[in-house]
Amino acid sequence: MIEHIPIWWYLTLSAVLFGLGVAGFIYRKSVITVFMSIELMLNAVNLTFVTFSYQNKNIDGHIYSFFVMVVAAAEAAVGLAIILTIFKNRGTLQIDEIDSMKL
Amino acid sequence: MNLWLIPLCPLIGFLLSGLLGKRLPKQLVNIICVGSVAASFGLVIYLLSNIYPVNTPVTEHDFTWIQSGGLKIGFDLSVDRLTAVMLLVVTGVGLLIHTYSIGYMSHEEGYGRFFAYLNLFMFFMLLLVLAQNLLLLFVGWEGVGLCSYLLVGFYFKEKFAGDAANKAFIVNRIGDFGFMLGILLLVIQFHTLDFASIATAVKGMPVESSMGALSIITLLLFVGACGKSAQLPLYVWLPDAMAGPTPVSALIHAATMVTAGVYMVARVSFLYDHAPGAMHIVALVGLATAVFAATIGLAQNDIKKVFAYSTVSQLGYMFLGLGLGAYSAGVFHLMTHAFFKALLFLGAGSVIHGLSGEQDLRHMGGLRKAMPITFVTLGIASLSISGFPFFAGFYSKDAILAAAYESASPWMFWVGAATAGMTAFYVFRAYFLTFFGKYRGHHHPHESPFVMTFPLMVLAVFSIGAGKFLSVPEWLAPMFPVTEHGSMQPMIISASFGIGGILLATLLYVIVPSLSDSVKSAAGPIYTLLANKYYVDELYAAVIVKPLTLISRTVLWRGVDEGLIDTGLVNGLGRVAQALGEVARRWQSGSIRNSATWILAGSLLLIFILGLGVR
Repeated sequence: MIEHIPIWWYLTLSAVLFGLGVAGFIYRKSVITVFMSIELMLNAVNLTFVTFSYQNKNIDGHIYSFFVMVVAAAEAAVGLAIILTIFKNRGTLQIDEIDSMKL
Repeated sequence: MNLWLIPLCPLIGFLLSGLLGKRLPKQLVNIICVGSVAASFGLVIYLLSNIYPVNTPVTEHDFTWIQSGGLKIGFDLSVDRLTAVMLLVVTGVGLLIHTYSIGYMSHEEGYGRFFAYLNLFMFFMLLLVLAQNLLLLFVGWEGVGLCSYLLVGFYFKEKFAGDAANKAFIVNRIGDFGFMLGILLLVIQFHTLDFASIATAVKGMPVESSMGALSIITLLLFVGACGKSAQLPLYVWLPDAMAGPTPVSALIHAATMVTAGVYMVARVSFLYDHAPGAMHIVALVGLATAVFAATIGLAQNDIKKVFAYSTVSQLGYMFLGLGLGAYSAGVFHLMTHAFFKALLFLGAGSVIHGLSGEQDLRHMGGLRKAMPITFVTLGIASLSISGFPFFAGFYSKDAILAAAYESASPWMFWVGAATAGMTAFYVFRAYFLTFFGKYRGHHHPHESPFVMTFPLMVLAVFSIGAGKFLSVPEWLAPMFPVTEHGSMQPMIISASFGIGGILLATLLYVIVPSLSDSVKSAAGPIYTLLANKYYVDELYAAVIVKPLTLISRTVLWRGVDEGLIDTGLVNGLGRVAQALGEVARRWQSGSIRNSATWILAGSLLLIFILGLGVR
């Protein structure tokens, strides 16, 4: 069954997901949505890893994707904490209003 | 025998009085500084009595100073008969002048500083004299130049003292440049700077009939000697150097440092022996300087200036002797000159001290009753420098003039003898204006204290006896063979020129004082020319100094420094960095979305480039 699905379907799906993530990252205004877009990109990459791993009969891709998941979990915890702090301090989550990194 | 102990004593004195001088009482400074020179003098006497009669040089190697490739330069000290003369003169006269300074400087500010500099000078001078290679000699040479600078500018609050110090230092730089080129050429030619090694190497070389390597080396070394020993055309700094305290004029600018050039030429005489062309130039420059400075001395009114020009003139005599191959005569005159010229300056200092700083001969006069000891001793010095028979200067001047008389160019003898007459005239003019006639000043004159008159008396004894009883040519005969001159003629002629000068001065300034003014007005333009020192300073200012300052101001300062370096390089680089930063700054908008776009663009670019590589 699953063997009959050609590889480019997976890759296309992954590319579409990644593209959605990039678009969301760049064009959405809320910090939380931007954050979710990052997760989306990570998972798109994960899908690619797993696809190639399956295709090449090589376990490395699986290991990478586990690593990515672990890091993503940690990043989600830290990232949400940062977002909460920003909201507490500034009372906003509009990404255009958070521009104090300017010189 | 540890030769290095001799210069070490004054160095310790310098360190103690230089570092602690302000906190020490004057008595302690006296003990340290005069004591250190006395210790050096004692060591010299002890050394010479041990190695007398110094038939072979005593050399010691203390440590290797520079080792580079085949060139090896050691901290080597050496004593031979020539060095022995210089050691005795430097430490002996130095000790007397240090003693004298106790009295002379008693009312001055910066007492400790003065003695510290004086001790430092003694250290470098002894190093110069003891050095066994030319580079170590050069260290001493530059060191005494530094001390000369510091002491000429001792009254640094006065502008003229600072200017005179700068002049002395800068004019000496010109000479030292030549000296250094000579040293470097010697390194290239012989691969060593050790006197003994060079002398051995030179022995095998032919005497140069035209300009060769040795002639160029000797002439370059002579340029250095011209600077230090105030010969034409670099003599201009010495008269101005009289801005320093009088003991300094006596020690550095009359007795010791300015004779360093004479000593150096005598030290490397083995080079000059092989370069007769260069020797001839040395003799000509010496003679020209002797005449030139003597004529200027005729018309000076500052007592120290008169003696300064006579120093230049007498140094010219010494170089005349060296240039004629009579090295021992030159060194002989160096020694007697050290005695009588130190005495002249110390006597002048005693007069100046007694008149609370007055230096103008026109404001002196009739001081013989108020200052009897100065009067007698200064008279002895004047007779000695005039070459009055059986005084010290008579013997040494005769030795030089006899060499000229028997040389290939006897006209030099007649010019030299005429200069001796002029010397006698202007020295006695100064003497009579100071001690005879009516007192024309305002201060109350008084005789100097014993600590000042004692050195005068000692030096007076040497100014009389040093010629007869300390015959340097005999002593140096193993190093510089003396040609016996049987003829009494040059002796009689030069002495009669000297006596003629004295008599003329007596006539003009003692017997008929009004006559001197009519002579002065009769000489008219010539007198003005002489009184203004041939306008040499003005000439140098117009030809060298003015263009140099102009170029420095417009081209080097405004153009190169401000324009090229400041505006062009320093500020230019800053502005480039600023402009680049301005561009980079715009990227740092702080907007996360912008940053993300750039990241995206960057990664797309990377993928594109990598894709190119794959294909």
